[in-house]
Amino acid sequence: MSCWITIQDYALRSVGIGERLLPKEDFTLCQQFTLIGSGMIWNVYFGAVALLAGFFLATALALGKNADNRLLRKPAEWFIFIFRGSPLFIQFFFAYFLFLSLKQVSPVFAPFTAAWLGALVTLFFNTAAYSGEIFYGALRSVPKGDLEAADAYGFSGWKKFRKITWPTMLRLAWPAYTNEAIFLFHATTLVFFSGFPAWRQKGDALYYANYFADKTFNPFIPYPILAGYFVLLTLVIVSLYGLVNRRLNRHLPQGVRRKIRLRPNLIR
Amino acid sequence: MSGLSWLSCYLTTGKHMSFYLSFGTVLMLLAITAPVALAFGFGGAMAARSHFLPVSWIGKTYIAIVRGVPDIAFFLFFVIAFDQAIEWVRHKTLCPDWTDPIRQGNDFVVCDAAKAPLSTAAQWVHEVYGFSLAVFTFAIVFGAFAANVLYGAMRAVPRAQMETAEAYGMTHRQAFWRILVPQMWVYALPGLSNLWMVLIKATPLLFLLGVEDIVYWARELGGSKTAKFTDYPHGDWRMWYFLALLVFYLLFTKVSEVVLERLMVRLSHGQATQAGEKQRKAEA
Repeated sequence: MSCWITIQDYALRSVGIGERLLPKEDFTLCQQFTLIGSGMIWNVYFGAVALLAGFFLATALALGKNADNRLLRKPAEWFIFIFRGSPLFIQFFFAYFLFLSLKQVSPVFAPFTAAWLGALVTLFFNTAAYSGEIFYGALRSVPKGDLEAADAYGFSGWKKFRKITWPTMLRLAWPAYTNEAIFLFHATTLVFFSGFPAWRQKGDALYYANYFADKTFNPFIPYPILAGYFVLLTLVIVSLYGLVNRRLNRHLPQGVRRKIRLRPNLIR
Repeated sequence: MSGLSWLSCYLTTGKHMSFYLSFGTVLMLLAITAPVALAFGFGGAMAARSHFLPVSWIGKTYIAIVRGVPDIAFFLFFVIAFDQAIEWVRHKTLCPDWTDPIRQGNDFVVCDAAKAPLSTAAQWVHEVYGFSLAVFTFAIVFGAFAANVLYGAMRAVPRAQMETAEAYGMTHRQAFWRILVPQMWVYALPGLSNLWMVLIKATPLLFLLGVEDIVYWARELGGSKTAKFTDYPHGDWRMWYFLALLVFYLLFTKVSEVVLERLMVRLSHGQATQAGEKQRKAEA
């Protein structure tokens, strides 16, 4: 069987298109590359959607934590503490069993027991908490002079926030936020190892890498392939975030621009 | 039986005792891994700083590779790889006259004497072996992170301090051990405490390495039990068990935060940093 046929059969296997049965024996390199790559679709989906949605909640959380009003501050603080203080792995388990119980109460929660929604919601809350803390730190280090200048120009309320505070906050937070994004994509590999079932063997990249390692007793091929895919994904994230970083810093002279320092973390 | 007395009996069954003991497993993992990883990190940082180029490359490659590759893939990969490496070495030394290839298609075949641990070994040997593999894996991965932190900390010690040491006629080695090492901790602590938090949150991954840890027991005990098989039937309680784990980790994180903060105050004492200066002024 040529590699092209394998690609046709398995390139979209992780979303349920193509050959139903996974290869059972005589595993070729091509099969491993194709299936693990196919699994990356889920990693990208989880990471991208959670990041995008999490961004808005994170801004809200940062503002909440920075608020003078206790009613706004305390919930934000607790939310951030709970999601940053406990392992994502346990959060996934808890969320899955929580949704299973809720499903008994109301069928509305049925889709939440599937990974595509349930795990996504967990990741969304998780990344919102981590990014919220980053944004909060940045919000507190917005230069006093900038805010005073805004006041002097007659900015206030929403307009001051939208035009002055928020862009500066993002600019200061961006290097750390880039690391958070990388970190989140790495964390998406946990999904199918934590309760959420891979229905009809539609799993993510690590799920398939693990499948091959189990079947062949040879971890030295699938895991390096997986690592290769993730290195590529990381490069894409870094360049995309680098573009945004350039735009956020475009008004500054070359010397003061904040460079992104790569400091990916391991486990959340 | 019903109500509170039922619950107290339920929570003290033999299986629950194993569950409580598994918290000990997690704490033991942390207690062993943290110093070992620190030692790995120290070694890695020293290697990366070395003036001998190949050693410096080894140190830097170790740090770069482990930090660049995604999370749990490492855990899943290392455990199999170590296990196979140990069996391969034992196979080569114990059964030199074995002619069959070790990798036969999809199988990894070694002679009986080379199995690690031996198939005749007691159950606890298997458990200890699995746990040691896990500790070693954790130590390697977190060692790389610690190496990175310590490498930065060593470079953060003010140059003037080292110059003073040289002016006093200390050798390179003396200056390293007497001046650099005692002073670097205050710079390393923020990074190391962050790492400690990450390490705490990585402990549930023991479950993936096949150790019977708290996640294993929470799944096992929480699952619904029918009256036929147990004296304590109940529905699906896994949610509550995982809620308990969540609370355990939150408390653990909180306690660590407080302790590390105190340690930072202690370490800053008498240091040439802002915090140390503040303490000096408060005392004077």
